[in-house]
Amino acid sequence: MSDVKKIATRASYGNALVELGKKHENVIVLDADLAAATQTGVFKKEFPERHIDCGIAECNMVGIGAGIATTGKVPFVSTFAMFAAGRAFEQVRNSVGYPKLNVKIGATHGGISVGEDGATHQCCEDFALMRSIPGMVVACPSDDIEAKAMVEAAYEHVGPVYMRFGRLAVPVINDRPDYKFELGKGIVLREGKDLTIIANGLCVAPALEAAEKLAADGIDAKVINIHTIKPLDEELVVAAAKETGKVVTVEEHSVIGGLGGAVCECLSEKAPVPVKRIGVNDVFGESGSAAALLEKYELDAEGIYKQIKAFV
Amino acid sequence: MDKLELQKIANEVRKGIVTAVHAAKAGHPGGSLSAADLFTYLYFEEMNIDPKDPKKAARDRFVLSKGHTAPGLYSVLANRGYFPVEDLKTLRHLGSYLQGHPDMKHIPGVDMSSGSLGQGISAAVGMALSAKLSGDSYRVYTLLGDGEIQEGQVWEAAMFAGHRKLDNLVVIVDNNGLQIDGAIEDVCSPYPIDKKFEAFNFHVINVADGNDMDQLKAAFDEAKAAKGMPCAIVMKTVKGKGVSFMENQAGWHGKAPNDEQYAQAMEDLKKVGDALCQM
Repeated sequence: MSDVKKIATRASYGNALVELGKKHENVIVLDADLAAATQTGVFKKEFPERHIDCGIAECNMVGIGAGIATTGKVPFVSTFAMFAAGRAFEQVRNSVGYPKLNVKIGATHGGISVGEDGATHQCCEDFALMRSIPGMVVACPSDDIEAKAMVEAAYEHVGPVYMRFGRLAVPVINDRPDYKFELGKGIVLREGKDLTIIANGLCVAPALEAAEKLAADGIDAKVINIHTIKPLDEELVVAAAKETGKVVTVEEHSVIGGLGGAVCECLSEKAPVPVKRIGVNDVFGESGSAAALLEKYELDAEGIYKQIKAFV
Repeated sequence: MDKLELQKIANEVRKGIVTAVHAAKAGHPGGSLSAADLFTYLYFEEMNIDPKDPKKAARDRFVLSKGHTAPGLYSVLANRGYFPVEDLKTLRHLGSYLQGHPDMKHIPGVDMSSGSLGQGISAAVGMALSAKLSGDSYRVYTLLGDGEIQEGQVWEAAMFAGHRKLDNLVVIVDNNGLQIDGAIEDVCSPYPIDKKFEAFNFHVINVADGNDMDQLKAAFDEAKAAKGMPCAIVMKTVKGKGVSFMENQAGWHGKAPNDEQYAQAMEDLKKVGDALCQM
């Protein structure tokens, strides 16, 4: 896929914020000394007075976001996933979730594709943490186009939204005229009758590749992009499970509590079928290049293909 | 409003606190009573608010960062006319809107949900920052416990407020000297409190007796005049103030009076009220 345009969704986040800032005066962007990494720096350049650097104090930043939201402005609180969902979990729960304040959390550097920084910064628990907060929307885009649409939709949504973006440049896969983004609505990318692959984030592109490899072996896989983990598009997930009889989830997250967890919770009650959860298998990550890590943890096309072959 | 009138209201606020906590059979009377005079001063004298329009955009804001003293806030809000005083008896009951800790979604006049210590001040800072960003003139007040300031987030918020020179923000510390496990200087001393806020670029006002209306007035007038820095008012108070057997007792931090104790507490407060009426 070397000729395909690649862009990291964190860059999409920064660019989308600039567009949002042009349209809406009430957009305020907060960061915690990571503006260059989270890419809110581009917003800062355009709207310095609406970019608030809180310093290295994420818990306080979330609280400031909550306070700003009570006054009718729309804060986008930005830092690494590890610190937004992890360190500031309780602030997100009690100061944002409980009062249902209109705070948007832009969490970059999710998953093991953070790469060289290693396990301390590779957050593979954020979907699980954020999903457990009542009323929280949790989403993770698969590419640049989806990320931009997601930021726009998050602004329009009234209430807290957690968005996870990635550090690694990923291929643009949604550049087509009929692409339509709606929070809570999954997107069928490939039809198939033998099993359903449900993926999100940077796993969507390799999941599609894996489906092509499976097709060469005579296995016909349906592929769904579930960019919104909560609320889960249960209708689509249940229908696909009933239609194909087997489900595989693929995510750059722990197999505990994320997309795989959400899908299993749904299907065990509404359409029990065998499910294989592909993700980070309850281990911490480690240092290495993003590509090497994705290969080692079997989240590249080959790894996904192999795991699905073993399952079906 | 003159001092005597404020004192009478504060005494009514105290009755509401004791009544609410007694009816709930749980709650936090000690720190509610120590701050009863402050609540009264803020809601009856200092703040620009309208109980008929609790969400008015231009209103001053109050965040009860020490959210467990909700009975104090609820009692002053009820006495100010945000909701019926009678409702205080539903505190902490299943189905009541008067939750154990402040809930902005359901309680008229509550500007921020709070209760997990250290978080309210950050929200207050966010409100003050928002006013600065859009050139609004409202002021933001937040009350912290002296035990609460052991939370690291308080100092993250203080650093930010000082850095941003948020002179529309007043942080009040209720220095009643006691927390659940005992005296604050025995548990994990936050002293010197004033010097800490000074170091974080606050204009600091020490109040020798935070249960005295004259001293509160002087402090808030000084805070209003201070420009270019956020203010911290560190007020010495008596935990459990007004109820003889609760005063200066850490044990009354989070405990409800039984029927007998309730009767005695109300008798104490009635005496204070009667004395004020003789003045």
